[in-house]
Amino acid sequence: MRLQKNTLLALYSVLEFAAQPGRQLSVAGIAASLRASPHHLAKVLRTLGRAGLVDSVRGARGGYRFAGNARRVTLMDVIGLFEDIGATPPRARRSRRPAELALEQVLREIDDTARATFGSVTLDTMLKLIGRRDAKATG
Amino acid sequence: MSSVKRGRGAAGKRPRLRVRSAGPADLAQVVAIDERATGLAKPEYWAGILRRYGRRGAPRRFLVAEAGARIVGYIVGEVRDWEFGSPACGWVFGIGVRPDTREAGVGAALLEAITAAFRRLGVATVRTLIARDNQLVLSFFRSQGMMAAPVIPLEKDIG
Repeated sequence: MRLQKNTLLALYSVLEFAAQPGRQLSVAGIAASLRASPHHLAKVLRTLGRAGLVDSVRGARGGYRFAGNARRVTLMDVIGLFEDIGATPPRARRSRRPAELALEQVLREIDDTARATFGSVTLDTMLKLIGRRDAKATG
Repeated sequence: MSSVKRGRGAAGKRPRLRVRSAGPADLAQVVAIDERATGLAKPEYWAGILRRYGRRGAPRRFLVAEAGARIVGYIVGEVRDWEFGSPACGWVFGIGVRPDTREAGVGAALLEAITAAFRRLGVATVRTLIARDNQLVLSFFRSQGMMAAPVIPLEKDIG
């Protein structure tokens, strides 16, 4: 399973915000910590803002802060803003062969599992997972 | 059965919880909690669960969470050896929490209590099986640190 670059950027940044709720973070600061281009990140944050996951704060010291509920927002909620996992392929002009239909069925099974997994992991659960990984890494 | 006490009592937001083995007097409330979640009342099924899982000492557990005089949740599970080729592990078959007490730590206290019981029975893994579209329960178990098991459930229509 691979996610697009924008999706990954959105997930990492929303986790960064959710880890520090109420704290205002600058685009430049997050871009530096994620090693991403500020211009590219700004576009991603605008999409997150339209979805109500972050609030933009205007002004010279402006930036963004988390506006969602970490116990309710799932990875799928974020991913769905940027890509469609398991989108139905465009209808073929010709009738498809049984092998194509069978393979499509198996791929759909994988997509269903991926969607269920992303839909069951909240940001809060991810932060706990990150905390456990961090504790392991620091011994 | 040891009990798990949790909560800050009447002064706090969370109810004071006591987790203990289920008894016949709890069944009506358990049936009601399950009916609320599934839309089906199954009194005979739950009476059977109490007969099979309510006994002390067996590797089976049927626990309820009590807040005051009210049952606010239940959990059912058992330790099974070599099921599906797996070494002994604890299985959670059912969990239910009253909707008006959700997000108050009831599910977590129940899971903690049954996990402790499984641990005392010598197992180091707990598993469960949940419908893919049951996001509420899936999210709960995920929030408790459970991850995908190295097994894949399969089925076939034999009707």
